[in-house]
Amino acid sequence: MPSITRDEVAHLAKLARLDLDVDTLAHHAAQLQVIVNSVATVAEVAADDVPPMSHPVSLVNVFRDDVVGPSLPRELALGSAPAVEDDRFRVPRILDQQ
Amino acid sequence: MSEGAVELTRRGAAELAALVASGDVSAIEVASAHLDRIAEVDEEVHAFLHVDRDGALESARAVDSARAAGRQLGVLAGVPLALKDVMTMAGIPTTCGSRMLEGWRPAYDATVTRRLKAAGIVILGKTNMDEFAMGSSTEHSAYGPTHNPWDLDRIPGGSGGGSAAAIAAFEAPMAIGTDTGGSIRQPAAVTGTVGVKPTYGGVSRYGLVALASSLDQAGPCARSVLDAALLHSVIAGHDPMDSTSIDAPVPDVIAAARRADVRGMRVGVVRELTGEGYQPGVQQLFDEAVALLQDLGADVVEVSCPRFPYALAAYYLILPSEASSNLAKFDGMRYGLRVGDDGDASVEQVMSMTRASGFGDEVVRRIMLGTYALSAGYYDAFYGQAQKVRTLIARDFAGAFEQCDVLVSPTTPTTAFRLGEKLDDPLAMYLNDIATIPSNLAGTPAMSLPIGLAPEDGLPVGLQVMAPAMADDRLYNVGAALEAALLARWGSPLLNRAPTLGGVAA
Repeated sequence: MPSITRDEVAHLAKLARLDLDVDTLAHHAAQLQVIVNSVATVAEVAADDVPPMSHPVSLVNVFRDDVVGPSLPRELALGSAPAVEDDRFRVPRILDQQ
Repeated sequence: MSEGAVELTRRGAAELAALVASGDVSAIEVASAHLDRIAEVDEEVHAFLHVDRDGALESARAVDSARAAGRQLGVLAGVPLALKDVMTMAGIPTTCGSRMLEGWRPAYDATVTRRLKAAGIVILGKTNMDEFAMGSSTEHSAYGPTHNPWDLDRIPGGSGGGSAAAIAAFEAPMAIGTDTGGSIRQPAAVTGTVGVKPTYGGVSRYGLVALASSLDQAGPCARSVLDAALLHSVIAGHDPMDSTSIDAPVPDVIAAARRADVRGMRVGVVRELTGEGYQPGVQQLFDEAVALLQDLGADVVEVSCPRFPYALAAYYLILPSEASSNLAKFDGMRYGLRVGDDGDASVEQVMSMTRASGFGDEVVRRIMLGTYALSAGYYDAFYGQAQKVRTLIARDFAGAFEQCDVLVSPTTPTTAFRLGEKLDDPLAMYLNDIATIPSNLAGTPAMSLPIGLAPEDGLPVGLQVMAPAMADDRLYNVGAALEAALLARWGSPLLNRAPTLGGVAA
């Protein structure tokens, strides 16, 4: 059974873009361990020759005619944005300082 | 509140539609009666996160005008409805029970919302839910829990506890829920109401804020099987906006609810979903209901679905994996919450602060679990293996449906538990969905309907009916037959025995 360390939980939080404090990380490390131990029972089922199922309905690509339809008006799209500048979404800087 | 208004809130959807259609009562009167009831009891119940009083009265007025002009009305025109807050409605707050979306007003209607409006259904407001539909008690709502109308100290189920409580408290005769692992059926069971998860792909997911895309399905909640069927017929059907929507005729669920005849039907009791772990009163009422089905002419057999005990584990790998991907879109850039944007912090820092601040405990837990299950080194052992178990669950269903027309089980292992009881024990919380999860994994339809009150605590118990894909009509046929027989035995609907709330005599 893989054990989940505090460092590993911190790494997961970083991957998931969650800025969690030390106490919260410790809380989740303990609970994740319990849950992972429980769900690891899926390995008990011998399933080497079983195909994985990703979806309940067998899917095929769905196409529509290539015609222009109405788009969300700009004012509506920007209407719920946390920050707007010059008719665009304003976002924080995307590059690190160094 | 006048006697007449009280009486209107006690009526079912089909009855209200008939009253409006005949002109005996106006849609405005019906809407007002329910809005008054909400004002009177929702402080105690907290089923609603937002009440759209003006919008509801405006749609009711439109129905009355259409009738006056002699236009043909839909089967549920003028009937009020409570909409789960995971479904978008243009201009109306849609929070999904999360701080992340506090104050967000979507720019568009979900397909379900659009169909409800087109049918002349009066949307009263948005109902409370576990944050992003993750939970079985509504205690994970960022806006506080909903209370079970049967006992305000107990959970109304979840994630759709608000929708179920709204109809159990007579605040609305019907509601929309969404069901990813039992979020329609488990709340229905613990509130003494009817809830249906249609076949996956039967109802469009366009505008349903996704939790786990391969499992999510919206469906009807009501106080009777027929009312649920009427609502099902309004929201179901192919939608080009959802590429997983099934392009085939909707099963005739209304005719099935009216047929209500189980003679000669083969009903399978799933061995793995009874017995150990089920509360004695739940098991007792379930056994009695099965005996009743037999009395009604059904051919009852026991069937085994040997992989069902692994469904819960597979689900808690597949769901978090899909959820962690779906919820990546809540990054604080285009809509919703943004935290820490001080002009200096980078986009990555702002995202991380926003998400840590906007998501509650359970959402963080499942995002971490999903991120773990999908990460290199664990993918095959966890996510990959869970997908294989999913195939085995679907095969168990296929085998069982070779022997039976429908399967039955208790909907939940227990009646409603107390608020707070399982809040910090995620595994105990997850066990509530042990009987409902297999149908989500297989994509097959299932219904919960009330079968009585458990002798030990006087709380509602639900029976689950499960059918093969696209045989949703069988749920309604069996459900309506059982409902009619139970009603004859009880003398009046089960919900008449619930506390009246708000100090109003029934």
